[in-house]
Amino acid sequence: MSDNRVTVAKTYKLYVGGAFPRSESGRSYQVTDHKGGFLANAAQASRKDARDAVSAARKAFPGWSGATAYNRGQVLYRVAELMEGRREQFVAEVAGAEGVAIKRAQSIVDAAIDRWVWYAGWTDKIATVLGAANPVAGPYFCFTVPEPTGVVAVLAPQDSSLLGLVSVLAPVIATGSTCVVVSSQERPLPAITLSEVLATSDVPGGVVNMLTGRTTELAPWLASHADVNALDLTGSPDSLRADLERAASGTVKRVLRAGGDQDWARQPDIGRLRAYLEAKTVWHPMGV
Amino acid sequence: MAAPSTTSSAETTGTPASGPLPPALADAVRDDASLRRFLHGLPGVDQVGVEQRAAGLATRSIKKAAKLWAIDTAIGMVDLTTLEGADTEGKVRSLAAKARRPDPDRPDVPHVAAVCVYPDLVATAVAELVGTGVGVASVATAFPSGRSNRQVKLIDTDMAVQAGASEVDMVIDRGAFLSGRYGQVFEEIQAIKAACGDAHLKVILETGELATYDNVRRASWLALLAGGDFIKTSTGKVSPAATLPVTHVMLQAVHDWHESTGELRGVKPAGGIRTTKDAVRYLVAVNEVAGPQWLTPTLFRFGASSLLNDLLMQRRTQLEGHYSGPDYVTVD
Repeated sequence: MSDNRVTVAKTYKLYVGGAFPRSESGRSYQVTDHKGGFLANAAQASRKDARDAVSAARKAFPGWSGATAYNRGQVLYRVAELMEGRREQFVAEVAGAEGVAIKRAQSIVDAAIDRWVWYAGWTDKIATVLGAANPVAGPYFCFTVPEPTGVVAVLAPQDSSLLGLVSVLAPVIATGSTCVVVSSQERPLPAITLSEVLATSDVPGGVVNMLTGRTTELAPWLASHADVNALDLTGSPDSLRADLERAASGTVKRVLRAGGDQDWARQPDIGRLRAYLEAKTVWHPMGV
Repeated sequence: MAAPSTTSSAETTGTPASGPLPPALADAVRDDASLRRFLHGLPGVDQVGVEQRAAGLATRSIKKAAKLWAIDTAIGMVDLTTLEGADTEGKVRSLAAKARRPDPDRPDVPHVAAVCVYPDLVATAVAELVGTGVGVASVATAFPSGRSNRQVKLIDTDMAVQAGASEVDMVIDRGAFLSGRYGQVFEEIQAIKAACGDAHLKVILETGELATYDNVRRASWLALLAGGDFIKTSTGKVSPAATLPVTHVMLQAVHDWHESTGELRGVKPAGGIRTTKDAVRYLVAVNEVAGPQWLTPTLFRFGASSLLNDLLMQRRTQLEGHYSGPDYVTVD
């Protein structure tokens, strides 16, 4: 093969409902590495793509939330296996996007896969930690069980393109919610590769929907969308936070006010799992 | 397909009047043989043309004020339907409540055209809807297959009419139609029409079982000749149900019927229309193929159940400036 082979410039698409559609708007934007060199084209999602993604997530919710916790755990482990298979690609993309040395990128990818496995392990354990058998003064059993919130809109961290993304995405789907993720605006490639991983794994289509594009354009539509049950502000620009919270308050919606500048390498607690769970308490009469 | 016309040269001489049929059509219904000759003499449907035109009209973009108008018009054209074996009186009552006031938060939303139920539930629906302007339609004639003898079908119709149905949705005998016994189908529609009395008759062609557009055109003309007030695409129990090209062919038929007789007959696509976008596409087709005067609930209906919720959600989206969700409309 000759050395001057023409490179294949990629134009990636969105990941909505298990398929890879182009943006409804037909727009795309250039993704560059940390030095400004061209990497690929990514789809620039519009508000209608966000709307379609929310319907896809809503459609997937009954199946995913109804799956047994054990089954969800198995599905998520499988995702980790596939991420392992794409390790080299992730390393190259993280290195390109974040401007870190290959060694550092490798440890970031390892941490991301480990983080995924960690959350996969929580799927069938979280109910025993957050659920309870409540002592009540009457002839009743009283249980509290955690249930998934519903459709979650996640604004992924802008800086940490893979580890940060996994840290905000995995806890949402681990507990049975479905999500629409707006990836890092300037560093979307690891998110796109992750959606390719998800598409070839056993995660049902629509459980994770990945949008690339301008966070400031998409976030307000997701925040005000009446069919979105929770909003994660992690990747939101500070200037937009107040507006997004205001928009979200118009509909019944949980808002996670997490900052984007966290140390993602630190081992998390179950705070993010708890954020997208609702406590359901059941009173059951005791037999005589 | 620029000019949606199926009129043969003989028919165009017909004078627009709602009295007796023009000579060409009167001749067609004289006996079995002439009926067959007339139906098979109808020009064939250009399949590629009609599909292309339907797809072309579907690309029209309807936005803002026009969209709001279309949504309200479509809501007023909905025949809110429940045709399940598991239907109960309670379900029909809640459906009737929804028909009267589709969006309780917004009283300015128009009521739907009618509710459509099985004959045994007509009385329940009538009791809920009397004096509201919402009609009660009942399916009849051994719905959905139409496989029974004429006596049973007439009793079925009578039962619905006695219970107070203002509209009757009958099914044609597809077996007879497909094996060429047009006279039998014709007489049956006439007999049911007579049994309907004041109630409007909608004739369900079940286009999903007719296989070709030519058959759809023949069945449409057959139903119109026999006196059907509406021609309806499908029962909703057979796939494919309503499609845009099929509705085009039927709209051409009522348009041409109006040209040759001066009478206005309606069209009702039913089944598979679930989104506002679909509904708006049908309205565009009505406007372009039949004409603007068909954009009224007396001449065009949607047979649907889940469509109404999507229309309501879209209406809210238009007025509130953000996307709405199913948590904010009633559960069917």
